[in-house]
Amino acid sequence: MMEKPVSERAHTEWRVTPVGAGPVARRVVLGIVTVVTLLFLVAPLALIVSSALSQGVGVFVRSLSDPGTQHAIWLTVITALIAVPMNILFGLAAAWTVTKFVFPGRTLLIALIELPYSISPIVAGVAYLFVYGSQGLFGPVLDYFGLKVMFALPAIVLASMFVTAPFVARELIPLMQVQGTDEEEAAVTLGASGFATFWRVTLPNVRWAMLYGAILCNARVMGEFGAVSVVSGNIRGQTTTLPLQIELLYQDYNVAGAFAAATVLTAVALVTIVIKVVLERIGRETDVPLARPPGH
Amino acid sequence: MRRSVIPGFGLALGITFLYLGAIVLLPLCALILKASDVGLAQFWGIMSSPRTLSALRVTVTMALAATAFNAVYGLLLAWVLARYEFPGKRLLDALVDVPFALPTAVAGLALTALFSKNGWFGAPLDALGLQVAYTPLGIAIAMAFTSIPFVVRTVQPVIEDLGSDVEEAGRSLGANDFQILWRVIFPAIFPAFLAGCSLSFARSLGEFGAVIFIAGNQPMKTEIVALLTFIRLEEYNYEAAAAIAVVMLLMAFTMLIITNAVQAWHLRYLGRGDA
Repeated sequence: MMEKPVSERAHTEWRVTPVGAGPVARRVVLGIVTVVTLLFLVAPLALIVSSALSQGVGVFVRSLSDPGTQHAIWLTVITALIAVPMNILFGLAAAWTVTKFVFPGRTLLIALIELPYSISPIVAGVAYLFVYGSQGLFGPVLDYFGLKVMFALPAIVLASMFVTAPFVARELIPLMQVQGTDEEEAAVTLGASGFATFWRVTLPNVRWAMLYGAILCNARVMGEFGAVSVVSGNIRGQTTTLPLQIELLYQDYNVAGAFAAATVLTAVALVTIVIKVVLERIGRETDVPLARPPGH
Repeated sequence: MRRSVIPGFGLALGITFLYLGAIVLLPLCALILKASDVGLAQFWGIMSSPRTLSALRVTVTMALAATAFNAVYGLLLAWVLARYEFPGKRLLDALVDVPFALPTAVAGLALTALFSKNGWFGAPLDALGLQVAYTPLGIAIAMAFTSIPFVVRTVQPVIEDLGSDVEEAGRSLGANDFQILWRVIFPAIFPAFLAGCSLSFARSLGEFGAVIFIAGNQPMKTEIVALLTFIRLEEYNYEAAAAIAVVMLLMAFTMLIITNAVQAWHLRYLGRGDA
């Protein structure tokens, strides 16, 4: 069953006071939530900014221009530039497969697409080691040809793709299911090629949801820690992505440096949330609501 | 398969299978293959060692504690967002996404600094004799932080969709607020609530980045299973790493089956409401 579009939801008109709307109940519940949210969600954000700047802007800028941190930023960006487009391609293909066609095993395929959500990133990292590591399935072959996958960029990208595989697909599937196949069928009947149908009919209908999935995917790729820390080997100045660099600096008791690096990722997170809010509004206005699946 | 006029089935299915196969299924198969090499006796030895058992116990107990906290706070947060209008509501709604958007390593770093002995919260708590950083309590806090949006985002749309008619009927039959809450509203949101809680618990079991900063990582005391797996790898003890990772994978599958069953129930529930 699909979530109903906002416009079709039953408009609730209250004839009596709804539960919890009384002034006392309202004040108590709102008070508790506000206090806990300030302590639990706002304080960590405030602390990151305040710690990064606590020793002055000079130290902050110098920390960010540290060669190790610079390299980590570059590696993180490269990883995202490869992993996110791959995930968009996969998301489009997967959503197209399971929403435009009916075939046996469709439900199983949807479950498989969502599988990485439930697996710990550490398990994903360990699993990759047993494929491409020297102890792994392909290790000897890769060694023979002198190819390096493990403890290098390819493994970082692969592990990032594993943990974010469902991100774009999960946004597209509910939306494309609601939209059905009528428009595509009309286009094909009128003689449009498969590609033209996809490009002119399907893609414009799902572009905001696709962008939304890609933005979330990007934030997760840039912030992934567990899976990447296993497969990257954590070689200083070579395979440390930004989250790993934060841990290295922290272990070196360079707390100012760690927080400076953390502000970069915090900025990515905040921008992600702002774009999400904007895209949700666009979705409401164009009456193509973005899916709000549980949990991400 | 029903014939469709839309082309591209083969290509799209091909890309989907290739990607899933190479990126998701191949590594999982390799892991299971490696673990199956270990042998039952050795596997049992690894899993029943005091250190593994302690890590499992710490992880499961603290994940339960984190889920319990999220159940209460998440439900209240969802209620506030769905039912009340107040200044700053948009901001609160956006804040719920912080734990998912913020990298876990950053969250871990920030929570550790907050709760360490001279931190904003750590200093006053220390004066009261309560230590959070480098104790199991810190682990639970890190787990709760990273998984709070699961409960909120599963329950919130269900409360929003709740019609006024049942509640008004209850009221006209003479029920008080508490009775309506307990007998009418809670049963309607319970399946979604349960689904959100199981997602939160599953995520907490596997959390790594946020936890290892604040945990202190003392073997037998504040070491989680994910970290133990990582340590076994660094010791080149691949058998142990594979064995523990497979157990974590099994726990994830179990939670996946439970969550799916709960969600199926939740959808049936919604379906009946619509009819």
